[in-house]
Amino acid sequence: MSARIGDSPRRADGPPKVRGDFAYSSDLKAGGMLWGATVRSPHPYARILAIDTTEARALPGVLAVLTHLDVPGRKLYGLEIQDQPVLAMDVVRCWGEAVALVAADHPEHARRAAQLVRVTYEVLEPLTDPERALTDDAPRLHPGGNITRYVKIRHGDQKARADVVVNGEYEIGMQDQAPLGPESGLAIPDSAGGVDLHVATQWLHVDRDQLAGILSLPPDKVRLRLAGVGGAFGAREDLSMQAHACLLALRTGRPVKMSYSRPESFVGHVHRHPGKLIYEHGATREGKLVYVKARVLLDGGAYASSSTAVIANACCFAVGPYECPNATVDGWVVYTNNPPCGAMRGFGSVQNCYAHEAQMDKLAAALGMDPVELRKRNAMKTGSRLITGQVVEGSAPVAELLDRIKKMPLPSPLPPQGAGLGRGARKVDLTQLPGGVSNTTHGEGVVRGVGYAVGFKNVGYSEGFDDYSTARVRLSVVNGRPRAEVHTAAAEVGQGLVTVQAQIAATELGVSDVVVLDADTQVGSAGSSSASRQTYVTGGAVKAACEAVRERVLALAQSEIGGSTGARLESDAVVSSRGEVMVTLGTLLGDAVIEETREFRPRRTHRLDSETGQADAHLQYAFAAHRAVVDVDIELGLVRVVELATAQDVGKAINPQAVEGQLEGGAAQGLGLAVMEEIQVKDGVIRNASFTDYLLPTILDMPPVRMDILELGDPHSPYGLKGVGEPPTISSGPAIVAAIRAATGRPITRVPVRPHDIVDT
Amino acid sequence: MDFLQPATWTEALAMKAAHPDALPIAGGTDVMVEINFDRQRPPAFLDLTRIAELSGWGLDDGMLRVGAGVTYARLIGELGDRLPGLAMASRTVGSPQIRNRGTVGGNLGSASPAGDAHPPLLASRAIVELASTAGTRRLPAHEFFLGPKRNAMRKDELIRAFLVEPAQGPQQFSKVGTRNAMVIAVCSFALALEPERRRVGTGIGSAAPTPVTAPEAERFIEGVLGEHDMWQKPAPVAESALVRFGELVAAAARPIDDVRGTAAYRRHALAVMARRSFVWAWNEYRGAV
Repeated sequence: MSARIGDSPRRADGPPKVRGDFAYSSDLKAGGMLWGATVRSPHPYARILAIDTTEARALPGVLAVLTHLDVPGRKLYGLEIQDQPVLAMDVVRCWGEAVALVAADHPEHARRAAQLVRVTYEVLEPLTDPERALTDDAPRLHPGGNITRYVKIRHGDQKARADVVVNGEYEIGMQDQAPLGPESGLAIPDSAGGVDLHVATQWLHVDRDQLAGILSLPPDKVRLRLAGVGGAFGAREDLSMQAHACLLALRTGRPVKMSYSRPESFVGHVHRHPGKLIYEHGATREGKLVYVKARVLLDGGAYASSSTAVIANACCFAVGPYECPNATVDGWVVYTNNPPCGAMRGFGSVQNCYAHEAQMDKLAAALGMDPVELRKRNAMKTGSRLITGQVVEGSAPVAELLDRIKKMPLPSPLPPQGAGLGRGARKVDLTQLPGGVSNTTHGEGVVRGVGYAVGFKNVGYSEGFDDYSTARVRLSVVNGRPRAEVHTAAAEVGQGLVTVQAQIAATELGVSDVVVLDADTQVGSAGSSSASRQTYVTGGAVKAACEAVRERVLALAQSEIGGSTGARLESDAVVSSRGEVMVTLGTLLGDAVIEETREFRPRRTHRLDSETGQADAHLQYAFAAHRAVVDVDIELGLVRVVELATAQDVGKAINPQAVEGQLEGGAAQGLGLAVMEEIQVKDGVIRNASFTDYLLPTILDMPPVRMDILELGDPHSPYGLKGVGEPPTISSGPAIVAAIRAATGRPITRVPVRPHDIVDT
Repeated sequence: MDFLQPATWTEALAMKAAHPDALPIAGGTDVMVEINFDRQRPPAFLDLTRIAELSGWGLDDGMLRVGAGVTYARLIGELGDRLPGLAMASRTVGSPQIRNRGTVGGNLGSASPAGDAHPPLLASRAIVELASTAGTRRLPAHEFFLGPKRNAMRKDELIRAFLVEPAQGPQQFSKVGTRNAMVIAVCSFALALEPERRRVGTGIGSAAPTPVTAPEAERFIEGVLGEHDMWQKPAPVAESALVRFGELVAAAARPIDDVRGTAAYRRHALAVMARRSFVWAWNEYRGAV
């Protein structure tokens, strides 16, 4: 591969994925392999009185049955707060919590044995209302109480008054990342008491460190290798089957595979926090924001996961990408006995965007102003101050993004209603109507609406969390030609990171043969594939390692063939400033191998002040705006999104086609939350843990995306790039809901929007 | 678990008689989901895919007799002109892959209240043919469904075919789902006009413990059409009559609140679908006369 940054080379994993040849983690196999299964709690909240494994152990084919007593090291794990049992001990706090493990010679034997593990529970009344979790009479689910984190932001004049005030309450349902690949992996014990785990994850090293603690092994005895990842979106940041498979493998001395079924996957990972957001916006008659007051309550469910960071984002960006001189934000994330929530694409900024964008439309209506014009009057720009006091550096083209989507041509208007007589008159294309092929309308009741939204979030970790990545780059000559090998632990989760790493190495070293090695823990941490950060941080590490290699190559050239200022690497050779080949790399290097490892650390961030919420807490900001055009059948409450248009500043598109893929896929995930995707929880129990009833958008639901990709650079990031993965998921849904409001005239304060929210039955 | 693979219908009946708990499987689009979700662990499967006669169809005394193993894809392709309502319903079943495997026989066997084929079978008064080693019996579709996932089959019986008249007039099928394809019905409605008999047939899906008809709505709209001799001199039906027809369809349902929708919404949606699909069918009839 000789594609450089800015090119869109074909990704190596593309053809095998399309052909069905790509090995995902659920396809792993090993000789003598056993299958693991998990015994899960049928209750959202219960005390465990006894666990009887006798019958399960007696089943033919069963080699191990483990409970918390078999966990040799740390019994609790968690990304930020270690509060989640590897296997439940005295109490279960959510439906589906892991209680025991089975290893057997056949997956069916393992499942049957799991059913034979007899757990005696004393069922407790679950705490399922997050509002109640804030009160003193609620049961304390964890030793520190039920408030996982409270974030308080006080910015500007707390007594500011405004000419025009609008209020609103908004509710966000629980979305699932729904990666098509279930939680799965293969643990292989070695002969020295260690274990190799092949697993689909977003962060090999944080898994490794947690596993070492749980297994009571030194980190070098727990080796992880990335297996084929079938989507992640935040769902693979926490441990799922990792510790369980390793425990079973170490106990049985045989390779153990675990692969969740689809229903199990719904309890195998955290979800997007459902939330309730109460807002008050005050503005001048000219449409300048005076203040925003927001109360944000997120339901974190039974365990903390990354809740404390999610609530920080939900609060820091509560106002949206606008200049707002005064703000009062109070945000809580609480423990309940609902399914645990954590990271999902957009990470706190999705929930608040629904609220602040609905408020901006409400404010525009109160002022009699065009909603896009109102947004532009308040648009954040370079040098603006966030409500956390941080000054926005780098590009912040909020007004320009809005201008661009506003100016894009609109799709052709609704075709006339399919009236007329006879069979021939019914020439309607059902795929172009709400309800689709289900034949619910031939045009009757269909009204078009257009809505706008703009959103932003940070790229990278925040609040002082050490954000870095490591890359090892090795240059050698293979069969007379130079080859660069890039080794990082960064997880390719489908976003195209492998391709991007190769493009960076090809660009920096001028070599055409670049091999990106499999990600594993034999190299330093890359941090997670999340927070839209990998191209920035691991891309930065690859660039730094390449630069170090290049420096040595040029120094070698200098000493071998003499100097030429301005020499560079290009076309597998050292080239003079005049573009003449001075020496080929093959000749220069011979048998020599040049290898450099570099860590790349972006600027440090700082923790929010606990009283004021002020701090330079974030690294970089990424912005996107969306326009949605929808057709709504106002009699049946069915919606068809006709078109999404977006403008996004990506700083610099390292791989433009991959950027387009992120913009489309992210918008589809935003559409899902807007109109169909919701985990329905009743009394702590998930009622739709399947793809039959947890609906994801199909190709008939997801319209074409009209895109305008801006490359405005960033003074601090490698190549001036910005993270791109999350912004498409933030404002796409709010734009759709704004369009539904425009079509129906209804307030619509809850997502996903259900048919009965539109027809009011 | 045993996997029984009869090669002939006679053999299948004998196996079913010998293994009454064996679960018949054709396309597997329902059965395998049940198995994968661990909702069923039958002692044996009875694989019906090798029996050639189940995948055939033909005329039987003026009726179409369609083998239980005919897939939705073939129904659409081969019988769409004669059974337009059933073909429209088939078009809403799952994805192309599911329609290539799934069968109406399987839909009847599962007897889900949400089965997409059921409302059109009810609207056109189809008959289900059941067989065992003891003989064959034919049951009207409306007597076949007994409760959620319960039907009138005896343990030793298999579904052999269904019989239905080729469409006597315009037919419609309409289904609400919260996705524009590949979705289980929140509720559905089927309509069949039979001009010669001056009859209107209805079928309601996913809004009662079983698929049901709306006889009062049928009698009402037949009355409206008869009163003004509209079958002979077709004219637009008054809006008030259409609204009433919708209300009566909604009243025939016994919906519940569940994960797919609320009872109130289901009633509302049925009324809208009934009104709209009657207009579509009636306009088609008016254009054809």
